[in-house]
Amino acid sequence: MKNRLKVLRAERDWTQAQLAEALEVSRQTVNAIETGKFDPSLPLAFKVSRLFELSIEEIFQDDESI
Amino acid sequence: MNTPATENSNWTTRLKKNTLRLGYWTTAWVITLAIAAFGPKFAWDYATLPSILALLVNLAAGLGWIHANKLNLRDLDDLQQKIQLEATALSLSVGVVAGLSYELLEDIHLISFQPEISHLVVLMSLAYAIGVFTGNRRYR
Repeated sequence: MKNRLKVLRAERDWTQAQLAEALEVSRQTVNAIETGKFDPSLPLAFKVSRLFELSIEEIFQDDESI
Repeated sequence: MNTPATENSNWTTRLKKNTLRLGYWTTAWVITLAIAAFGPKFAWDYATLPSILALLVNLAAGLGWIHANKLNLRDLDDLQQKIQLEATALSLSVGVVAGLSYELLEDIHLISFQPEISHLVVLMSLAYAIGVFTGNRRYR
């Protein structure tokens, strides 16, 4: 699964640590999601969606749908 | 810089509290296990009542440790839970496979000594530690 987390974070000038704190996850988790090593659970994806005020589909894209 | 609003900024504090709680219960369990194991020989000369009490206290501390571990796992984030799950699965699998083979070694007279459960605990602990280490490396 691909995602735009790194781009969205950079647009807002947030650090990985700040994003991690807002999402209540570790910085390692934010990094793993950004690099595509780890796909978040649905609750975490919704949390990301709420934080960036975007739909889940605007942040995360299924590889097969690209 | 516009920083993200934190819904619950005490997550890290909660994790630290959980880790500390787990540490306290682990220490309590180890100490009560040592008392239950060595007390009969060195403190109360195998008297039944103190031995039973020591064992019950150790079991209570063990239950406390299990509860503390559950609380700790519940508050971990998605990735940390995944790493813990994979490490625990590795530890359990190694424990079952190696434990049964180890026990069989004595049954079929390939070793002359009695297999010790402590050897299995050490092996499972090592497997768990390796699982956590490799998990953290994989998602670094």
